[in-house]
Amino acid sequence: MDWWLLFEIGLAGIGSGGLYALTGLAFVMIYKATRVVNLAIGEMLMFSAYMLLAFTTGMGLPIWLAIPGALLVSAVFGMLVERTLIRPMLGESPISSFMVTVGLSSILVGLVELVWTADQQRLPEFLPTDAIRLGDAFISPKVFYGFWIAVLLIAAVLLLFRFWRGGVALRATASDQAAAYSMGINVPRVFSMAWMAAAVIAGVAGIVVGSIGGLSSVMGAFGLSVLVVVIFGGLDSVLGALVGGLIVGLVEALSGFYLGGEYKILATFSLLVLILMVRPYGLFGTHEIERL
Amino acid sequence: MRIGSAKQSYAADAALFDSRTQWAWVGVLVASLLAFPFVANEYWLYLACLVAINIASTTGLNLLTGYTGLVSLGQSAFMGLGAYTVAILQIRYGTPMLLNLLAGGVVAMLAGVVVGVPSLRVKGLYLAIATIAAGVIAHFVFSHFADLTGGSAGLSVPPAQVLGVVLDSSFKLYWVIVPITVLLLIGAANLFRTRIGRAFIAIRDRDISAEVLGIPLLRYKLLSFAISSFYAGVAGGLFAYFFRAITPESFPLIMSIFFLAAVIVGGMGTMLGSVLGAVFMTLVPEVLKLIVGWLPLGESAMLVLSPVRTIVFGLMIVLFLIFEPHGLAEVWRRIRRLFHLWPFRT
Amino acid sequence: MTSVPVHPSPLLAVENLTLAFGGVKALNGVSFTVQPGSITSVIGPNGAGKTSVFNTISGFYKPATGRLVFEGQDIGQLPPPRRAALGLARSFQNIALFRGMTVLDNIKLGRHCHLKTGPLSALFYSPAARREEEELRREVEEKIIDFLEIDHIRKAPVASLSYGLQKRVELARALAMRPKLLLLDEPVAGMNREETEDMARFILEVRREWGVTVLMVEHDMGMVMDLSDHVVVLNFGQVIASGLPHEVQGNPEVVKAYLGAGDVSVLRERFQRVAQQARKAA
Repeated sequence: MDWWLLFEIGLAGIGSGGLYALTGLAFVMIYKATRVVNLAIGEMLMFSAYMLLAFTTGMGLPIWLAIPGALLVSAVFGMLVERTLIRPMLGESPISSFMVTVGLSSILVGLVELVWTADQQRLPEFLPTDAIRLGDAFISPKVFYGFWIAVLLIAAVLLLFRFWRGGVALRATASDQAAAYSMGINVPRVFSMAWMAAAVIAGVAGIVVGSIGGLSSVMGAFGLSVLVVVIFGGLDSVLGALVGGLIVGLVEALSGFYLGGEYKILATFSLLVLILMVRPYGLFGTHEIERL
Repeated sequence: MRIGSAKQSYAADAALFDSRTQWAWVGVLVASLLAFPFVANEYWLYLACLVAINIASTTGLNLLTGYTGLVSLGQSAFMGLGAYTVAILQIRYGTPMLLNLLAGGVVAMLAGVVVGVPSLRVKGLYLAIATIAAGVIAHFVFSHFADLTGGSAGLSVPPAQVLGVVLDSSFKLYWVIVPITVLLLIGAANLFRTRIGRAFIAIRDRDISAEVLGIPLLRYKLLSFAISSFYAGVAGGLFAYFFRAITPESFPLIMSIFFLAAVIVGGMGTMLGSVLGAVFMTLVPEVLKLIVGWLPLGESAMLVLSPVRTIVFGLMIVLFLIFEPHGLAEVWRRIRRLFHLWPFRT
Repeated sequence: MTSVPVHPSPLLAVENLTLAFGGVKALNGVSFTVQPGSITSVIGPNGAGKTSVFNTISGFYKPATGRLVFEGQDIGQLPPPRRAALGLARSFQNIALFRGMTVLDNIKLGRHCHLKTGPLSALFYSPAARREEEELRREVEEKIIDFLEIDHIRKAPVASLSYGLQKRVELARALAMRPKLLLLDEPVAGMNREETEDMARFILEVRREWGVTVLMVEHDMGMVMDLSDHVVVLNFGQVIASGLPHEVQGNPEVVKAYLGAGDVSVLRERFQRVAQQARKAA
């Protein structure tokens, strides 16, 4: 049993797990605030990565301008999506808002293919490139730095949630819209904020994922694994997204290495089936009780 | 203007088509379906067969999602199972076409029941996402049991044979595909004249009340999965005979999304919706191809077509959901009302 | 109303039910019986546990202790659909009609557990299925729709009906179950005088013509007092009184539960004092 190899794979798993957790956080934020299952989260991630591509390769901006630029565009995009697609669906059945996000994901994939074709693209390197070594285990530097970016951002968001007025407003709206309204919280603005923030968070994840693996119009498949993450952790649980992200990352890395690449997605979805059998609302999700 | 259509017996009231004009229109429809293959060219026949297959599958999904309220993104998995079953039987044993289709339906039905088992504990969108797992697992099975399924290369399906006639053209396939689709449609419509269909709707609207009224939830949810996946399996079998080649990539998640979109765009929970939705979703990409062909884009026209189709697909879903959530069936009903009440306004 | 002779065997016997949600005891040792052919009312202030009793009888809640005996059979382990098949019908406080269907289809659904059509005969609409449907239609029309005077709305989608009519359709649907015991959860809530009188009339006729036993939760005291043969009063999950309506009405415990404890004259004095102070200040 090559323990260093196992450790190395484990580290890779945790590294990608961090990104899953980050994207899961974006998803949970949207779900908590607007009760929408956003199947387009992977495509939103892809959109931000392509925005960065547009700013750097397309417009030749330096990286320290391009990244904030891409994130800004993502924020505006998030707000636009909320206003035009999600707001009209308020009050409709959850399946409707879910299908709207499905439609959105198609539109985004199509747009990306139209402008940049379906070929793979590369982002300019902006992360340090020396290999990282922990004992006898090597980690890809991009995965390493990507992980820490994810961790920092998650920590920042969690602190913001806890201590900033906006974060409190978000939590209040998430648990009871009517009560939040009557407390003077501008609920529609909270909705927009949630989607904007989620778009930015997914944007950061997208930029990191893009620099690790390159860009393509099928990047959005990342979102499928994120879906498993949030179902596993609970659709409305931040802790669940974090724990779920790490676990799914590990499971994918281990099954990918020991069983083979094509088993990765099978392992992930077996995890999904398992959690739905054992705890249908996810590890930390809240069970909706129906009043009779 | 249509004036009072009073019925004289309960049986008349329960009939599928209730007035003489409706029966006349049905007659016209049947006549046109019979005449169509003789006046249409190869391309139109191809489209007609494709539309019929899609109608069959959409009807099945509508049963599960539109009428029973169980959202499923696993339709492609059940179609794939039907397709592979039919292909394997045809290649290995050369068994008759109708038998193969039946077997394909049954295999898909059994899978559907298995997928439906969690539906008691897992509700709503959790169930929808769980059904994605069905597609993933099906894809895995299709790629890995290569001796049976041909692995990632897939299977090449020999043409079906019915009564000595080799069905190797759209024209010939039309005469099998369309009647089968019509039978499936009638079967589904019949369900809703009986307690089975009523129970499905009850489960969708308020499953707790349904239980109190004596409807065993799990049994009926499984029944809905079973019937719906049987339909998908038969549609998949027809798919195999029609395209004559299937691979694990022939049944991707996007196909399940296509059918769910067809159900929504057509109108959830209506038979007419299944038909209109399937027709619309199948024909729009073709119309798009025509439009793109007309535009002065030259070489890049083909490059542009695929992404534009993807965009239009997503746009249709979004626009229908926002502006016409009850789908094309509702639009149809409005037009009909206009005709029935003319010269009065609605 | 007359005092119903106590049968040796009650239709439904509720014995010592306890039900807790977390730390809150919704039901705390509730026991009462329902005599066949009677109209029994369960009353009590809000939160007393009346709907919890119904939900336990229907089978949605599993009591921590206690037994439910229906026609001599312990039904505690049976799931709700099985209890329905035995003859236990129920209406809901917030109308639980199926909004996607017409009135007629909703009522037909009540008969579901007594019908026999299976999926295969349904798909082909076999002659057997057709016959069953026609018989069902005939019976529903002649015995239920005529009886409850809803023939003019039978094809209407239920969502378009007024509240009173919806409640009547719910009653119709419950009747289609050919129930032995009809549980009515606030059958006249939100109705005006005329609708309440109509509903009261229907309930009495249901008892008389169909032989159905009625157990109802109700707040409208006039209706309770006029219709019931037997009244059970709940407060804080316990039975505090039971008996004939006029007996229960005069019971001091019952008055206390509804109006609160305290001497009325003391209260009057306090009011007068406060009113005086207010006049002086003005």
